[in-house]
Amino acid sequence: MEVSLDFSPIFERWPMLLDGAIVTLLLSVAATVSGFLIGTLCAAGRNSRFRIVSAICAIYVEAIRNTPFLVQIFLIFFGLSTLGFTLSAITVALLALTINVGAYTGEIMRAGFDSVHAGQWEAAECLGLSRLQTYWHVVLFPAAERVFPSLSSQFILLMLASSITSQISVPELTGNANYIQGVSFRPLETYLVIGVMYFILSVIMRQIFNLIGMVAFPRRRRLGTPL
Amino acid sequence: MVPTFGFIHIQFLLEGAIWTVILSVCAFLGGGLMGLLIALLRISPIPFVRRLAAWYIELVQGIPLLVLLFTGYFGLPAIGVPVSPLLAATISMTVWVGAYLGEFWRGSLEAVPKAQWEAAECLALTRWQRMFKVIVPQAVRNATPGTVGFMVQIIKNTSLASAVSFVDLTRAGQLINNSTFQPFVTFVAVAIIYFLLCFPLSVLSRRLERRMARGMAKA
Amino acid sequence: MNISPDNKAVIVLRDVEKSFGQVKVLHGVSFEVARGQVTVLIGRSGSGKSTALRCMDRLEKVDAGYIEVCGHVVTDPALELRKLRLDVGIVFQSYNLFPHLTIGENIMLAPRSVKKLPKKEAADLARATLAQVGLGDKFDAYPEQMSGGQQQRAAIARSLAMQPKVMLFDEVTSALDPELTGEVLRVIERLAADGMTMVMVTHEMGFARRIADQLVFMHQGKIWEKGHGSILDAPRTPELQRFAAQEL
Repeated sequence: MEVSLDFSPIFERWPMLLDGAIVTLLLSVAATVSGFLIGTLCAAGRNSRFRIVSAICAIYVEAIRNTPFLVQIFLIFFGLSTLGFTLSAITVALLALTINVGAYTGEIMRAGFDSVHAGQWEAAECLGLSRLQTYWHVVLFPAAERVFPSLSSQFILLMLASSITSQISVPELTGNANYIQGVSFRPLETYLVIGVMYFILSVIMRQIFNLIGMVAFPRRRRLGTPL
Repeated sequence: MVPTFGFIHIQFLLEGAIWTVILSVCAFLGGGLMGLLIALLRISPIPFVRRLAAWYIELVQGIPLLVLLFTGYFGLPAIGVPVSPLLAATISMTVWVGAYLGEFWRGSLEAVPKAQWEAAECLALTRWQRMFKVIVPQAVRNATPGTVGFMVQIIKNTSLASAVSFVDLTRAGQLINNSTFQPFVTFVAVAIIYFLLCFPLSVLSRRLERRMARGMAKA
Repeated sequence: MNISPDNKAVIVLRDVEKSFGQVKVLHGVSFEVARGQVTVLIGRSGSGKSTALRCMDRLEKVDAGYIEVCGHVVTDPALELRKLRLDVGIVFQSYNLFPHLTIGENIMLAPRSVKKLPKKEAADLARATLAQVGLGDKFDAYPEQMSGGQQQRAAIARSLAMQPKVMLFDEVTSALDPELTGEVLRVIERLAADGMTMVMVTHEMGFARRIADQLVFMHQGKIWEKGHGSILDAPRTPELQRFAAQEL
């Protein structure tokens, strides 16, 4: 049979696609930053001397990692509204993405923290550094450097997962595409186009992470050797 | 009258969970075959074939599964191929799983020591025999913990098929929420069922990994 | 060894007991170190000498006994650890330089974040201490770019930059090739000549005899003999006799 592809109804609506892509990118960047913070705190929490803190962090990580993001976002979106909190869809999306990626980051950063030798802690302690100073100056950067490939992959997966927020009507790329395919009756073309757009976004994000790596890890930039 | 969340709803959720399991198995089998194919193409002696497989992996890993699902569900009928939600979801997830498992298994194949490849060559085995009698069995051992871990990703991601009218566990939860207006109970129940499906696999994966690490340390 | 009245002991260990699980590693260890004095702990591996050293900086907690370092009662549960660590510098067998920082940054880190020194002053201090250990040109190098001996000297410089009153050295040359050992020992000798109070654990017997104001011989968690380097020439106990016969 004859298959004819017609992309013109989709390209006509390019401002909407561009808006969607911008929302996707902003949502991803914001959730990357907040998720990294939460995840790093969580990883540190799992090494805490207080059993209750490490237990809470472990439960958080396991609960999030073993349930679908879609269910998490429904629970937050519909659940909060029955409790009387009316948050915008995009706020819920950011919250849910942060909570979700925080758990994965927590697991990755824990592996990073574990890779820092006990002698490093001891040396910092003996120089008089506090626990917080040791985390910041001695532990965090080598840990992040060692797990940086996993971290950047995780944050690209986060960008892809942000498409799921279309299910609570966030006007990001997939949400806008759903609208366009509904009015243009050209679903195949619509999703092919945004598929390519997501691919481009993921390439852009990878480049951004390469750049961040260059800035954050000057030793690697200068010597090029693994830590 | 608005019904409250009760036994029949749990029953309905469990029925949905069965479909979640069915789709997960289909996606794993389809994606596993696809992944094996991609992994073998990735280490083919022909550069063009290798590059083709690499492009496939890069492309699919840069596109959200949800978009792949929409493409399959809306796109296939648009080019005259009618598909049921289950079939559309299985096809899309096969494409998606194939890319991730393909890349992961390629790593496992390449992790088999060079000496093993050379030894197999010296035994005058054909390329096919070398691969499936010598290399693959060793690679399977390395790949098992990670593959079991990826099954968790598959189960969780089947929830996205709910967006293409597949009545799985998540869709069942949405339907119940629509009639009971009790999102907390409903989605907590849904989450618990997912957790019960996924957590044992997560634990198994970690245990296998630890056992393998110990085996390595001894060797 | 002359301890004049104004030179009262800066380090005191009295009846220190320490076990790891079932294994008793320190068994009533007592000795004192006077200001400006070099004390060397000798003995076989597992004799408890490293543990004794680590107890002085509270890297290990003792089970019983009394330890005082620079006026801080180390065995007091209410001890302010940071104050102790400001007075005590310690150098480890495995250098423990921070691999992601340059040597200059390694040295500046504690003066800047603990003593809140301005960057410029901290950098001057770092350059001065590096010159002191003969690494004046390594300010911008990363640890991995240097030999083991250079890394260990940098680690010494990092401790010295905090201007400690006491230095502890825990088998600082054990990870080094013989030709690199010498350069580290020379740095320590110069420190001794400058009057730094030091306690060290080492297997370099010739060096120990040369530098020590006080030798402490440990065996199975106990001190068997202590005194001048000459105790090695005329051991009173069969334990030191056997040890000296093997090591010298």
